[in-house]
Amino acid sequence: MTSGHAAVLLGLFSLLPLSARADTPTVAAASDLQFALTEAAEVFGEGTGRQLRLNFGSSGNFRRQISQGAPFELYLSADEAYVHALHEEGRTQDTGVVYAIGRLAWLQRDEQDDLPGEEDPLAAVREAIKDHTAGEGRPRIALANPDHAPYGVAAMQALTHAGLWEAVEPLRILGENVSQAAQFALSADARGGLVAYSLALAPPLVERAEHVLIPESWHTPLVQRMVLVDGAGETARAFYDWLQGEEARALLARYGFRLPDDEDDAP
Amino acid sequence: MDWTALSVSLQLAASTCLLLVPFGLWLGRTLANARFRGKAFCEALVALPLVMPPTVLGFYLMQSFGAEAPVGTFWQWAFGEGLNFTFSGILLASLVANLPFAVQPIQRAFETIPANLREAAWCSGLSPWQTFLRIELPLVWPGLISALALTFAHTLGEFGVILMVGGSIDGETRTLAIAIYDRVQAFDEQGAAIMSAMLLLVSFLTIGVVYGLAGRRKWRHA
Repeated sequence: MTSGHAAVLLGLFSLLPLSARADTPTVAAASDLQFALTEAAEVFGEGTGRQLRLNFGSSGNFRRQISQGAPFELYLSADEAYVHALHEEGRTQDTGVVYAIGRLAWLQRDEQDDLPGEEDPLAAVREAIKDHTAGEGRPRIALANPDHAPYGVAAMQALTHAGLWEAVEPLRILGENVSQAAQFALSADARGGLVAYSLALAPPLVERAEHVLIPESWHTPLVQRMVLVDGAGETARAFYDWLQGEEARALLARYGFRLPDDEDDAP
Repeated sequence: MDWTALSVSLQLAASTCLLLVPFGLWLGRTLANARFRGKAFCEALVALPLVMPPTVLGFYLMQSFGAEAPVGTFWQWAFGEGLNFTFSGILLASLVANLPFAVQPIQRAFETIPANLREAAWCSGLSPWQTFLRIELPLVWPGLISALALTFAHTLGEFGVILMVGGSIDGETRTLAIAIYDRVQAFDEQGAAIMSAMLLLVSFLTIGVVYGLAGRRKWRHA
């Protein structure tokens, strides 16, 4: 390599954003954390001056990518089974900690005036089925794909619990992850959908949608576990610790997550 | 193996070809022969789906398909069903996404026909319609076949646009490409492998058969 080449390389290197060179860990997070974790990272950044790069997507995808050596330092899964699987493969530092328990909610556009009540949160689904059987259109019901998305499984269990799973089949539209399911739920062709409560409470959705919480006993708990991936740096560890602190817990609670040891904290 | 998904994919690809290739024949011929201001922008419009990421296309389609958007409203009025999350919706999306694949090979083929050849045919007493059928069509045949093969194969492989407007409905909008993605997400590598091999085989055979047809036709005319 001549000095000319070196100069060019050096020049290119200086074009990289500063953050790419410092200890700026990449975080892989379940899509139900889209808004909560973005805010958490901002608060964390303000307090510590440390930056994070956040990636949101399907927990299963991230689990596969990490197992193939993707350079994520912290993994926040919506399904704790993925964390245990990665631990067994020897990809993580330990078995991690449960950081939140996700809740399921019925979500619909806010110009529809008949929001179901808390006592019968799936009333809109039943109405949609009735309308469709009567030949009055095809109001869609959105959920995440239960084949692989944790919130999709929970939605399926809730619909089964209400005895609606079979009947809702012609109306079902499946999002690739729970974020897409929420987006589908708000489309003009849909009656609504079953999505993460944390998304329903996020500012952009609160503006144009209404929601009602689904009782937790209607589905298997959505236990969300996070873990430091092997080779995680100082910033990732600091964020991991910070997420277990009071400030982060309050933030997660504000986004509708139930916290792991609520019972212990009770007076 | 998800046979329903394969059938949805094949129906989608066949319908797209059936509707789009005749249109491509008309538009390709018109563009090849026309000289007008702004023709370059017309051609750019046709080529646009080729260079845009499927997500951009999917986003615009989703916006215009909604029950409150013009296209969606019209469709609802005309056919009593919306476009998002329906087979008609992914078919319309596929027609837009494949426009360049159907038009460009046909246009290039028409461009190689010298104008005086057509004039000679007219002087020999052939009507414009006869000239089209007996002189032009055999000459653009390879281009037509290319358009057909590309459109068919590209529809089979279409993923991003359908992911955005489809909603993965079994037997309606879950194409083989989407089903493969779902299988991979569900850690069913074996299922994904079988379906991928099937898609590979179907695409390979289709293009092979179609190119074979084109070759035989050329040979017969030689």
